[in-house]
Amino acid sequence: MASTSQQAHVSFDEERRTPLKRFQQFLHANPTTIPFIVLALSIALFSAIVGGRFFHPFNLSLVLQQVTIIAILGTAQTLIILTAGIDLSVGAIMVLSSVVMGRLAVLAGLPVPLAFMLGLLVGVACGLLNGFLVARLKLPPFIVTLGTWSIFGALNLWYSASQTIRQQEVAEAAPFLQFTGTAFNFLGARITLGSILMLIIAAFIWYLLNRTAFGRHVHATGDDPEAAKLAGINVTGTLIAVYTLAGFICSVAAWALIGRIGAISSISGATANLDSITAVVIGGTSLFGGRGSIIGTLVGALIVGVFRNGLALAGADSLWQEFAIGLLIIVAVAIDQWIRKVSA
Amino acid sequence: MRPVLLSTAAALAVLAATALPASAETIVGLVTKTNNNPFFAKMKEGAEAKAKELGVTLSSFAGKYDGDNDGQVAAVESLIAAGAKGILITPSDTKAIVPTIQKARDAGILVIALDTPLDPIDAADATFATDNFKAGVLIGEWAAKTLGDEAANAKIAFLDALETQPTVDVLRDQGFMQGFGIDIKEPHRYGEEDDPRIVGHQWGEGAEEGGRTGMENLLQKDPDTNVVYTINEPTAAGAYEALKAFGVEGQVLMTSVDGGCPGVRNVQAGVIGATSMQFPLKMAALGVEAVAKFAEDGSKPEPTPGLDFYDTGVELVTDKPVDGLESITSEEALKLCWG
Repeated sequence: MASTSQQAHVSFDEERRTPLKRFQQFLHANPTTIPFIVLALSIALFSAIVGGRFFHPFNLSLVLQQVTIIAILGTAQTLIILTAGIDLSVGAIMVLSSVVMGRLAVLAGLPVPLAFMLGLLVGVACGLLNGFLVARLKLPPFIVTLGTWSIFGALNLWYSASQTIRQQEVAEAAPFLQFTGTAFNFLGARITLGSILMLIIAAFIWYLLNRTAFGRHVHATGDDPEAAKLAGINVTGTLIAVYTLAGFICSVAAWALIGRIGAISSISGATANLDSITAVVIGGTSLFGGRGSIIGTLVGALIVGVFRNGLALAGADSLWQEFAIGLLIIVAVAIDQWIRKVSA
Repeated sequence: MRPVLLSTAAALAVLAATALPASAETIVGLVTKTNNNPFFAKMKEGAEAKAKELGVTLSSFAGKYDGDNDGQVAAVESLIAAGAKGILITPSDTKAIVPTIQKARDAGILVIALDTPLDPIDAADATFATDNFKAGVLIGEWAAKTLGDEAANAKIAFLDALETQPTVDVLRDQGFMQGFGIDIKEPHRYGEEDDPRIVGHQWGEGAEEGGRTGMENLLQKDPDTNVVYTINEPTAAGAYEALKAFGVEGQVLMTSVDGGCPGVRNVQAGVIGATSMQFPLKMAALGVEAVAKFAEDGSKPEPTPGLDFYDTGVELVTDKPVDGLESITSEEALKLCWG
């Protein structure tokens, strides 16, 4: 009797584990596999179409420069999406912080480190406000950040008076703000300090998410807030911390933004919020919370960058860049839904 | 999306105005594309100053983003309801707004398009605008004359605004090509020309970041690029950052359009070789004046002879003037610039 039941059990197990099922299981455990495959395939594709001009260290490092800002905002967005939230205000926080840094340092003549710190503080304050509204007042994150997106945007318009501070003025009064634009050559590639900053932030958040109790709380909160609460996790505190940290990262992105464009411009980052969500989704993080990765987001941002750069070099109309990226988003979400069935 | 709150506040203000229909005041509506562009900020400033001077009430609206037709439709409808005498509008979607504009005109309102003509242009009672084609021609001619015989071997990068090719985008781009001596073929579209001197077109959404990314991609396509056309000065500033990063800023002629103060200072600094300056303050002031006059005696403004709109003028700004092309220096331009 015992042996037959065991046999039945074994055959049942084998039936469940078709190669496809096993692949699904594998993806569930390693959500960044697909983004990595897509990145490798898209690089191969454009190398084949465009040739050496595309697959050259210099051009690849250019793509890295082009995605740096969105990737930094993407790490902030990943944190929030892991808690099953969304942040539409990331771009607005970044621009507001950059305008505060620039105007205080260049126009108001404050010491540059102080202006820089105050700019960072603005980002933290914006994030704290988002977190408070989401966690304490229990308002839906989409609505909260839709509102604060407008509010931060209006504050930016009011404070900046829609005035641009030119690159030369920044270089004269506050070269530190452009520090992230500094570039160096490395094996034929041209790397900016902004890209290094992006890697440092990503490494820090990766460590936080994967090696600390806080990281486990973030995942648990996103997976099932009720269960997390029953397990003794301070869900409200975790959420406020996540939104505040995201605000801080956005203000660091402001530094990278100034480095990239040289100037302080109130019209930057108009679509940065949606671009950051695109990077997160293509990177395999689930919009339903609890599952995803920082590395995936970096790869997701790179995929978008490779498509834009590759199609531009191939001479394709930019509407096809949009088309391709839209397709990637839908495929990524479909794959995510399929993987989620493993746990169902 | 950002100025949602501002436009809501403005809408409430208009609702308040509707509640008091008996007042004899003349309401002038100003509907711009967005709030976050110094060009429109200057326009609003010019309209406000003129309205104050003439004792009329200005009611300002803006779309949420460049291309926001719905927001502009709502603004025009609110102004009709408020009993405005005239509407000054910089249309975001030059075709789609036309039926709504017709409703306003049917209600006896004088509609003047500022900066961007409607499509068709006679859908408005009058248009006060920069001759954007001429603005492009000026910088195109300047670039060709500066290069001299080398113009035949030029490599030209185009940094336009939007893939949807709004009228201003097309007029400036095609004007530049005409001025430079490129066969523009179909004048209502860019990108279909086959002149080998064209490196390519990229879209920077009129901002620095887009200008830099577009320039990087075109430099990757052709590192020998030596002429750059940009839709506006923020795009040019971003493109220049890319040129610097590639170490080729010395070999490239940068051209632009707008005449914003940061742009003019960039001409002075040698970032931009030449830019065509336009006059938003004048457009708006003239618009408010025209509405006030219309309210008084019912007369409508006339277009510039030979054109189908009132040309508010354009000046070539450069510190490297060329023979046979009238221009002003950056120093003179600093007294006239906006933003």
